[in-house]
Amino acid sequence: MSVVLHEPGAVEETEVRQVRRGLVRRTLSRRPSAIVGIVLLTVIVLMGLLAPWIAPYGLHEQVGQPFEAPSPAHPLGLDDGGIDMVTLLMWGTRISLLVGFAATAVSILIGGTIGLSAGYFGGKVDTVLMRITDYFIVIPDVPLMIVVAAIWGPSIGHIIIVIGILLWTGTARVLRAQVKSVRERVYIQRARALGASHWRIVGRHVLPQVAPLLIANTVLTVAVAIFDETALSFLGLGDPSAISLGKVIENAFERAAISSGAWWAIVPPGILVALIILSCSLIGGALEDALNPRLRASHLGARSFRLRPLVGRSPESV
Amino acid sequence: MRGADYFIKRVVFAVVTVFVAITINFALFRLAPGSAVANLSRVPHATPETRAALKKEFGLDKSRGEQYVLYLKQLAHGNLGISFANQQPVSSNLRTALKNTIPMVLLGTLFAIIFGTFTGVISAWRRGTATEGMTLGTALTLYAMPTHWLGLMLIIVFAGTLPTGGMSDEFLINPSFTEHMQDLARHIFLPALTLGLVLFGEYTLIVRSAMLETLGEDYILTARAKGLKPWAIMRKHALRNALLPVTTLIALSLGYIVAGAILVETVFSWPGIGRAVYDAVLQRDYPMLQGAFLVLTVSVVFFNLVADLLYFKLDPRITE
Repeated sequence: MSVVLHEPGAVEETEVRQVRRGLVRRTLSRRPSAIVGIVLLTVIVLMGLLAPWIAPYGLHEQVGQPFEAPSPAHPLGLDDGGIDMVTLLMWGTRISLLVGFAATAVSILIGGTIGLSAGYFGGKVDTVLMRITDYFIVIPDVPLMIVVAAIWGPSIGHIIIVIGILLWTGTARVLRAQVKSVRERVYIQRARALGASHWRIVGRHVLPQVAPLLIANTVLTVAVAIFDETALSFLGLGDPSAISLGKVIENAFERAAISSGAWWAIVPPGILVALIILSCSLIGGALEDALNPRLRASHLGARSFRLRPLVGRSPESV
Repeated sequence: MRGADYFIKRVVFAVVTVFVAITINFALFRLAPGSAVANLSRVPHATPETRAALKKEFGLDKSRGEQYVLYLKQLAHGNLGISFANQQPVSSNLRTALKNTIPMVLLGTLFAIIFGTFTGVISAWRRGTATEGMTLGTALTLYAMPTHWLGLMLIIVFAGTLPTGGMSDEFLINPSFTEHMQDLARHIFLPALTLGLVLFGEYTLIVRSAMLETLGEDYILTARAKGLKPWAIMRKHALRNALLPVTTLIALSLGYIVAGAILVETVFSWPGIGRAVYDAVLQRDYPMLQGAFLVLTVSVVFFNLVADLLYFKLDPRITE
């Protein structure tokens, strides 16, 4: 690296920061798949948030016969208790999203702290933390979740914690690798030389650099958390009083919706879960794609192979 | 020499991990909050004498340290306890269950590996075309579906034409070998397909991103600069290298698949290890649950070790 002595860090820092700050927005607005994901997720989140106000009927209101077929008054029919499916789906989305986001928050907090410390401090801290992470990666999480949830008993708080404390390994690994490379940058060494505290370096210089990656990781983790909640609910480990989408599927399955021919009780909740996971994957995937400079060189793919000239590395691919 | 070092390191890691898992297993069930006896025995109004007797029976009157040593000793003898539900040794219950799980899981995985690799490679190779959009869309959609829900959808579609539960037709009297196999094939089809479809989505995504990474490598650029035909670059340079991490990922996922079969087996009442976990949860059959968790963990650790060693065999550059 050629050393320019007069304030090399200052210039680099602002440039990189600006690039990074706009990166999330630009990436997302440029990719059609990401836009589809954002629109979908926004609609679904709004539906969940506004459930108490926009749901057509009450959550516990019996409005007809069990498994009544779809009609103009109830476009998706009724469930086994005679409750309007549209209402149920809105409330279910609300609970599923709550569990998904809360569990992700727990997971990001643990994974983020471990990844940041391991990457930033390096040395012994790194070795110990990563060894712990290695063990957690190997132990199969779904069975462990089942065991813990079965012992603790069904409650929404337990589900959130169980999912959260078992999902953080990916975040820790990804973040550690990124922090490790950021740590060696000139402007961070300069900040250290100027006597900045660890808190300041991490807070002002490292975190903003790894933020896009953290956002991508968060979105992807939400998808996994919601999937896990659906699975745990299906196995009868969900909170009986909090009707999530997973619980709606389980209820329909348990009360023989399939043999009653009541497809409307079981198809829509699954589609909704799939849409949430799909939109999260689209957003997270697009972000990760943009952050991984090696992927961008894959314009060397088949069709464009002979057509495109070699593109130089863009500023983000530091 | 470095190879031997690597080998020993990985084996030691695997052994230590199993040990950690055993300890977690012990801790989860013995040190969990709440009176273990009240939880275990499910006797609401037991007299103090009954409680004491139960405590003695479960060995809960001893100190935690003694219990731990005892647990390890029993484990070393292959004793996983007696199932509360059917009073049979947990180990023999689990052996039967595993024997049923393995063919179903293998079939589904095989399906996923073959089609997932193919689709993933095509998807990466045709980046930026409609083919990519279609393959990627299919893979992402399958990946997004909850496994058990996909199974339920297949039941709705195939109800009437294929059996949707269990492993064999109970009304088949004295079947010949071919009849028996036909019956099994009909029963295994839907659960294996469900597992296969979900894994297909996942493998396609994995293979695709491995392929894309490889296509971005400098040696691909060199190959291109040499004027090699796209097909030759693909076959000789890209595919071989891209499949390296894929091989290990597949070996790795084998362990998780056994665990992931819980949902599929529950939907299709397949009498395997996943179903055993589900039943154990419903009946609060703690010895079974504990045993099943141990078996699942050991299988994951084992395949993890296989993956590590396989990778070393395929790519001797990595010795950390």
